[in-house]
Amino acid sequence: MLSLLITLGVWYGLNTKFGQIPPLGKFLDPFHGFWQNEQTETNSPETELSLERLSAPVSVHYDQQLIPHVFAQNDLDLYRAQGYITAQHRLWQMEFQTMASAGRLSEIVGAAAIDYDRGQRRKGMVYGAQNTVDLMSENPIQKALIEAYRDGVNSYINTLSDGELPIEYKLLDYKPEQWTLKKTALLLMYMTDMLAGGESDLENTNALKLWGKEVFDLLYPDFYEDQDPIIPIDTDWSGINVVPVEKPDTEFPMDFVSQTMVKPHPHNGSNNWAVSPEKSANGNAILANDPHLGLNLPSIWYAMQLSTPEKRTYGVSLPGALGIVIGHNDSIAWGLTNAGRDVKDWYKIQFQDNNRTAYAYEGSWRTTTKEIAEIKVRGGKTVYDTIVYTHHGPVSYDHNFGNTNGKVGYAMKWAGHMRSNNQQTLLELNRARNYEDYKNALAHFSAPAQNFVFASTSGDIALWVQGKFANKWPDQGKFLMDGTLSSHEWQGFIPQEHNAHTKNPERGFVSSANQHPTDENYPYHTYSDGYETYRNRVINDFFRANDNITVSHFQTLHNNNYNLKAAELLPTMFDSMETSDLTANEVAVLEEVKRWDFNNDIEKNGPTIWEIWWRKLFVMAWDEMRNDSIAFDYPSSYQTIWLLKNRPDFKFFDIQDTEEIETASDLYLKSFKDAVNDLAELKENDRYSWGDYKRTYVGHLLQALPAFSRFNLPIGGNGGIVNATSQNHGPSWRMIVEMSDTPKAWAIYPGGQSGNPGSKYYDNMVDDWAAGKYFEALFMKDAESNSDQLLFSQTLTPSK
Amino acid sequence: MRFFYNLLLTAVLAIILNLFLPWWSIMLSAFVTGFSIRLKKSAVFFAPFLGIWLLWIVYGYSVSSANSFTLSTKIANLLPLGGNVILLTLITGIIGGLAAGAAGITGRLFSEYFISPDKN
Repeated sequence: MLSLLITLGVWYGLNTKFGQIPPLGKFLDPFHGFWQNEQTETNSPETELSLERLSAPVSVHYDQQLIPHVFAQNDLDLYRAQGYITAQHRLWQMEFQTMASAGRLSEIVGAAAIDYDRGQRRKGMVYGAQNTVDLMSENPIQKALIEAYRDGVNSYINTLSDGELPIEYKLLDYKPEQWTLKKTALLLMYMTDMLAGGESDLENTNALKLWGKEVFDLLYPDFYEDQDPIIPIDTDWSGINVVPVEKPDTEFPMDFVSQTMVKPHPHNGSNNWAVSPEKSANGNAILANDPHLGLNLPSIWYAMQLSTPEKRTYGVSLPGALGIVIGHNDSIAWGLTNAGRDVKDWYKIQFQDNNRTAYAYEGSWRTTTKEIAEIKVRGGKTVYDTIVYTHHGPVSYDHNFGNTNGKVGYAMKWAGHMRSNNQQTLLELNRARNYEDYKNALAHFSAPAQNFVFASTSGDIALWVQGKFANKWPDQGKFLMDGTLSSHEWQGFIPQEHNAHTKNPERGFVSSANQHPTDENYPYHTYSDGYETYRNRVINDFFRANDNITVSHFQTLHNNNYNLKAAELLPTMFDSMETSDLTANEVAVLEEVKRWDFNNDIEKNGPTIWEIWWRKLFVMAWDEMRNDSIAFDYPSSYQTIWLLKNRPDFKFFDIQDTEEIETASDLYLKSFKDAVNDLAELKENDRYSWGDYKRTYVGHLLQALPAFSRFNLPIGGNGGIVNATSQNHGPSWRMIVEMSDTPKAWAIYPGGQSGNPGSKYYDNMVDDWAAGKYFEALFMKDAESNSDQLLFSQTLTPSK
Repeated sequence: MRFFYNLLLTAVLAIILNLFLPWWSIMLSAFVTGFSIRLKKSAVFFAPFLGIWLLWIVYGYSVSSANSFTLSTKIANLLPLGGNVILLTLITGIIGGLAAGAAGITGRLFSEYFISPDKN
């Protein structure tokens, strides 16, 4: 009997996950464990697969990058096949991202994720996803397509044997759920949160309360000087019949908030641009896009060609959503950058009592609704969190979360919660033939607001700033607002046709880089806490300076490392810094950075010197904001530099801890001396050149698990530079399309088509991406052509 | 000879059971073999141990070498074994062998208890 117990003990010990260690017997078993993931898709591909409920066979051809070119007879078959094929390569990722979106990571990784999950629930991610599902379900044709995709994913899940499970399931020891419409909506919410989840309203309120309106406007202006907006400056808005909104004669609630939720990465942004046939060398419009996102493996993008007899579309998809998100078809090409406008506002809620069943609104009490969020925790007790909803939205901050007292809460009003049909926009863009189709497709798109660039084979170029934008009064939504007043609520929306846009502008190009959508003459308020200030000018200056544009110009611009920020401040620093008491070593460093040409190339030391010096200076300038009990948002780099150059004796530049009164030039010297100390250490550790200092990496989605990540990639650039590659963030897809009679594309992304770390197609494009290279995209005409350029083909046949 | 039969049967039965059952099919196989091919002393443990050790090592290594050891190198970094695939392969074999060995002993004891006491 003892022997039996020992044997059962061995079984249990090898079948169970302990902490980070996977269940060893299960994991190491070469018949079912990780060894079965030691597969490259080309090793012995299955050429005949059966897929339930297809109406006709679908052929799938994999090109040299393992990009599937799908040929189906109709849309239902097409999206069913897309679901199946995407799951085949990216199942773990697509599910993991929806679990993260829904605040369910604790189910997978345990108690460490509870705070993250609570934050997701309190942001109303599931609430927003449900609203999207409801809306998508109202259109029976669209619903059928999304269900076909869902069934395609599930057909794959249902055929999976234990051995074929993606390795992450084996490492973490769990299994995939069935795919649902809600998961598709959650994936879309995940993107919405990433791109339209940022704001600084509570931080702004703190700053306003502490320093007053005049200083606030100086630190955080609505418009930056000398910027180059998306819609050309000379655009005439006089035809717009604006719906007027009045600023009410009431005060903003003045609360101090010490801690706010984690915000999306501030570098989330992108570049896109297009030139007209007149400006291009070949007389074809050319379009480019590179979305800047966290650099992860598996990549956020999955490239595909989706074809039916009616259309063929090439580009990247988001695993979990239907169609191509960024790409081209036979007639048009399109790309996205984030519009970044402030679409999330906070309302101060006054509850009747600690039960929070009613809240004050316009002199009476309104009833709340409550949702009890159930957060299951692996290896622990389920956590329950009561989330109160008002008509504004979920009360994210209350006495259970954040730091208000029992009768006060902050409710979130967010465009991301509104019924939005982004999926319909994508489906329509995939088959759009011309500018009108593109314009009509955009009208469904509410959030996350995007700058949609467009070019067509007929020679049109255009750009729409598209989203559902509240028509705000001045300063509305910049600060915490009063939830008891109807006058503080959103009064309506900017009419669709008034959204800022430009078609075939005289200058011969359109572009966007997350900067101001328009200049101050646009008759609506477009406040954002984070408009871009450097890339936009480098890009637009490039197109003003060059004609006869070719694809190779575009490639050069994608890889442009010019650091405009440094170029705008360093000369001032050199001129006004007192250098008489510098040590010999300090002089040497200064001379080295003086010789730098402002390009963030990997072999140069100048970018490292600048970066360290700038960071020291920035922190010194805003020492007032280092405060644990009050949350602040630092002013932008652009405004900081503007103040340093134009108001060198601004009171904030005085360092609070010293007796003397410092001005900008004192800060240059102090921060330089500090920087030289740090630089000496970097030099000793071989981290002096920009490439060695920055050490760009592409990290696996599980907290950059080192074995599944790629480190020390030799690529220049940085945030704020057109080549926006910082340490773990940057161009997640680079695409250039020339709109010749048959459009031709060049593309690359820092990853690979396969989500399997055992495949050689897991990260095969990373090195070329770092080197600034592209592959020439294969745009297959029909299922029979280009057979010499294929790795293998599959036929999906209807199963009986 | 019985040692070899036990070893071989454990491995062959494991291959067949693997088609329907998860990783612990090796334990079932060793249990059944230990029950039916009785061995003496330490052989009770070592025959199934070696049978599964060999099976897992040979199969794991061959699967991995067909794919240039791409994933096994990563797993050998993750576990962490310094990227040493040979070590990872050996450990795989030992884990499988231990599980099989333990099950083999239990099988042997069960046959003694339920069928007939050991006459040897």
